[in-house]
Amino acid sequence: MLRSRLQPLHPIAWWCWAGALAVAASRTTNLLLLGLIVAVVAWVVTTRRGNSPWARSFGALLRLGGFVIAIRLVVQILFGDRVPGDTWFNIPQVPLPHWAAGVTIGGPVTAQAVLGALCQGLQIAVILACFGAANSLASSFRLLRCVPAGLYEVAVAVTVAISFTPQVVLSIARVRDARRLRGRATSRLRGWRGLAVPVLDGALERSVALAASMDARGFGRRSSSPGRRRLTAGATLGGLVGLGIGLFELLDSGSASGVALAVIGFGGALVVGGMAIASHGSRSRYRPDRWRGAEWLVIAAGLAAVAGVVAAGASEPTSLSQPLYPLGLPAVPLSGLAGILVATLPSVISPAPAPVRAKLQEALA
Amino acid sequence: MISFDRVTVSYPGALAPALDNVSLTIEEGNFALVIGATGAGKSTLLRCVNGLVPHFSGGRLNGTVTVDGRTTEKFRPRELADIVGYVGQDADASFVADTVEDELAYAMENLGVDPATMRRRVEDVLDTLNLHALRQRAISTLSGGQRQRVAIGAAFTAAPRSLVLDEPTSSLDPVSAEEVLASLARLVHDQGTTILVAEHRLERIVQFADVVVALGAGRGEVRSGSPADIFATADLAPPVVRLARVAGWSPVPLSVRDARRQAPQLRHRLEPHPHPALVAAPGDRVAKVKGLTASYGPIPALSEVTLDLHEGEVVALMGRNGAGKSTLLNHLVGLRRPQQGSVEVLGHAPGTLRAREAVRLVGLVPQDPGSLLCAETVAAECRDGDRDGGLESGTTRAVLDSLVSGISDTVHPKDLSEGERLALALALVLAPAPPLLLLDEPTRGLDYGAKERLSRQLRHLATQGHCVVVATHDVELVAEVADRVVVLADGEVITDGPARSVVCHSAGLASQVARILAPAEWLTVEEVAVALVGRQSRDEADR
Repeated sequence: MLRSRLQPLHPIAWWCWAGALAVAASRTTNLLLLGLIVAVVAWVVTTRRGNSPWARSFGALLRLGGFVIAIRLVVQILFGDRVPGDTWFNIPQVPLPHWAAGVTIGGPVTAQAVLGALCQGLQIAVILACFGAANSLASSFRLLRCVPAGLYEVAVAVTVAISFTPQVVLSIARVRDARRLRGRATSRLRGWRGLAVPVLDGALERSVALAASMDARGFGRRSSSPGRRRLTAGATLGGLVGLGIGLFELLDSGSASGVALAVIGFGGALVVGGMAIASHGSRSRYRPDRWRGAEWLVIAAGLAAVAGVVAAGASEPTSLSQPLYPLGLPAVPLSGLAGILVATLPSVISPAPAPVRAKLQEALA
Repeated sequence: MISFDRVTVSYPGALAPALDNVSLTIEEGNFALVIGATGAGKSTLLRCVNGLVPHFSGGRLNGTVTVDGRTTEKFRPRELADIVGYVGQDADASFVADTVEDELAYAMENLGVDPATMRRRVEDVLDTLNLHALRQRAISTLSGGQRQRVAIGAAFTAAPRSLVLDEPTSSLDPVSAEEVLASLARLVHDQGTTILVAEHRLERIVQFADVVVALGAGRGEVRSGSPADIFATADLAPPVVRLARVAGWSPVPLSVRDARRQAPQLRHRLEPHPHPALVAAPGDRVAKVKGLTASYGPIPALSEVTLDLHEGEVVALMGRNGAGKSTLLNHLVGLRRPQQGSVEVLGHAPGTLRAREAVRLVGLVPQDPGSLLCAETVAAECRDGDRDGGLESGTTRAVLDSLVSGISDTVHPKDLSEGERLALALALVLAPAPPLLLLDEPTRGLDYGAKERLSRQLRHLATQGHCVVVATHDVELVAEVADRVVVLADGEVITDGPARSVVCHSAGLASQVARILAPAEWLTVEEVAVALVGRQSRDEADR
């Protein structure tokens, strides 16, 4: 058989796992839970990423997350709502004309305001970290192979989108080298200034060149009849809309109702159906990515985190948020902690990437 | 098979169309070579064949391009993928997959080739291009030349009826270039594949071509014909043809083998060795590499490299693709720090210096000189160069003018020709006057004229006391500029000696003239021409 025993975990499984953790993070502002999610994600990434260039995406997005928290804090302190509570310090308030009612600049800064902003910023940072983990763990090419050929336009957009993050990471390395060769500072803030334009420019150029290369090599050829293509596109689009609405309902906490789940189920079925029609007989696979037990287990581990957090919310709704009035330590919701800890399992149950395997073999020999 | 009918391609904002009223036909089963100066529109012509121009480039195409009965107007690149395989100039930008095998199979997967055939073809191509040892490797860990071979292989596997290749050997070492071209020729012979190749290094490819298409710089100036016809008069000609012109041979030979038949009589007219030019004793030591060992993860790149570099010498760094040339340059310039051993430039370890101090000691022009450029105009680029290096304003511009005259201040660096872009990058690196100058594959995409100018510049820099290190596969460049050749193999220094003896006594690294006139030790057409003129005047004086 051509399918190699060394085959890495299916990329969709990694994306589902990371997505589940992101959903879990989106439902809580509890500092303890958020911190644990980052720790779990970082642990799995360090044990299971390969030595590919995109494996560095995680670190890059972690830094981006830190940046988001900083921005959130600064915005809150300078322009945010004047949240009542225990005042830490005052910054002079800028008087604004009456038509700018509702907007404040400066004023008293309370512990509640800062802590609330920190929790919200951290939540976004954790979601970014989950996205980075998926980028680090799953090869975007293997993920791309799962996009059905019938959805050409969608697939190209997806390609450009998913290859963009790793391209940015590579582009940063290239531009930093070039800057060093020109004698510019490469570290600290001064080095980062003026980096953005060439990095984004380079990454976008590469992504578009990639799309051209895929096209020249036959990606998205029309192999089915126009009617069938329309059917595929319709079914998939409808399904995606359904999935979107359902997820929105679900994430908009408080309405994890049966309706939302039903809409998600229906949308998912439509998407799967559409993809099945599209990928029928048009392409072949050299080394197909198979879906095995490990893939199910990894997804289950991710879902355990969601279930744990949802269960904690159901039994004690306040345990998921940071207590502000009065200020206090975050609650310790046991089911949430347990669920998130289960999500570390992929570091054991997924197949090891090549370099790790080589080291293991060396150690055993 | 491939036909262009009055094709004009113009891009918005450009002064002149990239292709102007081009008509030509390539018959099925021909090996066609496209030649032309840089900027003559070779790449545009090739990208028209499978419709990448205009579908992916923007711009406007008038006229019709037909391939095997399908016009690019009606069929998009993806629907031509089964009849045209395309290998672009920048192999890196074309990779879709992560590993070599997946990349090779990619086009076949899209075309729906059945798995059994796919496996067979992948094996065939792995053997043809000597890639089997790399099959499981991640593409990101391969060297430039290995990547080029993967990109070519990826187009081979789908077995298209015609193959279009844009400078396929520009980053390959001489031996693998020969292998790649031989396998292209085999495709023409065995499978009747039509091949269209653009190439600057004519010395490698002319002998394989059935048809040559010469793109003139002027409007609609396209000549196509047999290689013998075209090279009888073309400005761009490989060394063998120029040697024939100097020696007055007719008909003009196109391969070393043909030329050797006429060589004895020329050898007779020449001394066995050219008069050794006054070789200046090497100056002070500029850089010292001692016991340098490096690796990329588990893959070794350099082992125990020891090397001294001196003022006033031009050193050519040669060796197979992946031998560690770029890695050595990166250590010398301080982009990487030694894991073992040491690198010193004038007593400093370049990896530990701050960027601004490092550029005063050592400069590197990378493989893609465009990556150094990031400003909007040439003037801004020069200004930034002065500021970065803490130089007096106008220094960079002055260096640029001394390299190439007449580059307008307001041009966007991306709109410069390859040669001009290289000159601009070189000017930026040279402005802080580093005693050690490194160039990585500087002749990619340069025509013979631009290459000659570059050689002169490098020689001039050496006489000014710079130490110039050129990592290259271009044996003709080495023959022209190098004093000393260092050959790396698998990360070790194999040979380190004077250029003339290394080039003349190595089968793979010999220049065309050296091969033709062996065992006499002549390297370049210019040397021969000067010697012949000298001899003629002596003969006349005797009479």
